[in-house]
Amino acid sequence: MKKLILGTAALALSASLAWADTVRMGTEGAYPPYNFINDAGEVDGFEREVGDELCKRAGLTCEWVKNDWDSIIPNLVSGNYDTIIAGMSITAERDEVIDFTQDYFPPTASAYVAASESADTMKGVIAAQAATIQAGHVAESGATLVEFATPEETIAAVRNGEADAVLADYDYLVPLVEESNGELMFVGDPVPLGGGVGMGLRESDGELRDKFDAAITSMKEDGSLNTLLKKWFGDDTQTY
Amino acid sequence: MFSFCADPDTLGTFRWFSCYLTTGVHMSFYLSFFKVLLLLAITAPVALGFGFLGAMSARSHIPPVSWLGKIYIAIVRGVPDIAFFLFFVIALDQVFEWSRHQILCPEWTEPVRQGSDFIVCPIAKLPLGTSPEWVHETYGFFLAVITFAIVFGAFAANVLYGGMRAVPRAQLETAEAYGMSRRQTFWRILVPQMWVYALPGLSNLWMVLIKATPLLFLLGIEDIVYWARELGGTKTSRFTDYPHGDWRMWYFLFLLVFYLAFTRVSEVVLERLMTRLTHGQATSGGEAQRKAAA
Repeated sequence: MKKLILGTAALALSASLAWADTVRMGTEGAYPPYNFINDAGEVDGFEREVGDELCKRAGLTCEWVKNDWDSIIPNLVSGNYDTIIAGMSITAERDEVIDFTQDYFPPTASAYVAASESADTMKGVIAAQAATIQAGHVAESGATLVEFATPEETIAAVRNGEADAVLADYDYLVPLVEESNGELMFVGDPVPLGGGVGMGLRESDGELRDKFDAAITSMKEDGSLNTLLKKWFGDDTQTY
Repeated sequence: MFSFCADPDTLGTFRWFSCYLTTGVHMSFYLSFFKVLLLLAITAPVALGFGFLGAMSARSHIPPVSWLGKIYIAIVRGVPDIAFFLFFVIALDQVFEWSRHQILCPEWTEPVRQGSDFIVCPIAKLPLGTSPEWVHETYGFFLAVITFAIVFGAFAANVLYGGMRAVPRAQLETAEAYGMSRRQTFWRILVPQMWVYALPGLSNLWMVLIKATPLLFLLGIEDIVYWARELGGTKTSRFTDYPHGDWRMWYFLFLLVFYLAFTRVSEVVLERLMTRLTHGQATSGGEAQRKAAA
């Protein structure tokens, strides 16, 4: 019996020690350049590089986990992974359920993309990914909102005429517009939305949040975050 | 995969596709087909086992056991699959973790539910936070198998229950006349004869089970539907060596062919099984076989 207790205690100790070092990073893997699956089948993108660097600076071992956007917050709070790093903008509504680190991507504009110049972004049918700040904006703007589970489907809706335009992050749309051979184009004015992109964590995980916050601060100070921003979003992107 | 794949832009169509279809992501796609087949291979017998237990307990002569069987059949059959899959898996996971938490961390004082967070002590987590990703995936797969087995077990229980009642009363009476006990009658007379009555219902269930495997995706398992959606999506040249437009239609067409081929093979196999089970039975099918042979 004594042996058993000792054994359990040792196991508990080793488990909790190792626990402190492994962090599971939840991402969507379908929103380039923020995060996507590369040809080798691995998570890649701006957030992959930032996340790996943050983990290195905070002295953590990180593992990448893919999860659908729809259920990305429920799975965080029920403990399937420890952070959300998926291009998630910091908003007051989300902040009620989870905690955010400081932003590692500055607040930028979202943009409308349509299949013709004449698309009406104010009163027409606008596609957006469900549970995003863009969907929230469209719902309030007076346009008709059609929501989709993935960003890919929002673009497909514009291409096949189901929606007049799509509202999404500017940087997600740029490569799609560039390679559409003129089928897609930016319309209307950009809409400044959100308070920048931050990492999401459980509200009870204050210690982990402080670690990541410190790591983000150090990346901002030595300019390495700006280098990554320029690498993935081009030289014209906003930096810190 | 191939040495000429280094610069895909310069390749002809055939070579381009031979490179494209052998990338790492495509390997994950092919692997997910085995995941689905494995799920079916494990779930079908387990669900049948659940069904058999359910049917046995439903026709038990001890009231509480009989109620248990009937309640299981009624509740699981009545709840929509999607609700069951979304709710039950998270609840099951939390029940496991909560029980481990109670056993392993009696000294833990903080509440398990803090607002929307569900927090158990680190060593009670399932799987442990330190486990490699494949352990997490296997655990998710295991939860999926249990959920599928419980859902389809309830339907199978009802089918088997019906099959047991369809065995002609005369057969059982004869067994009793020979002095067989209730248990002997059940195992030697009833069970061997009920399959022929249950098989049409069970084969229906098998078909539905095959078609229900895309629900795996709801459970966070990267199955064939996930990969078809991911791979078929528009790819721009900035993020891949193999840019293409929206090819989801082709990928889903491939899934359609896969499912049709699979259900067709199942139909043939089940047809043969039926012929076999009918042999020598006191049914119209058995009678037809006897006449054809004579």
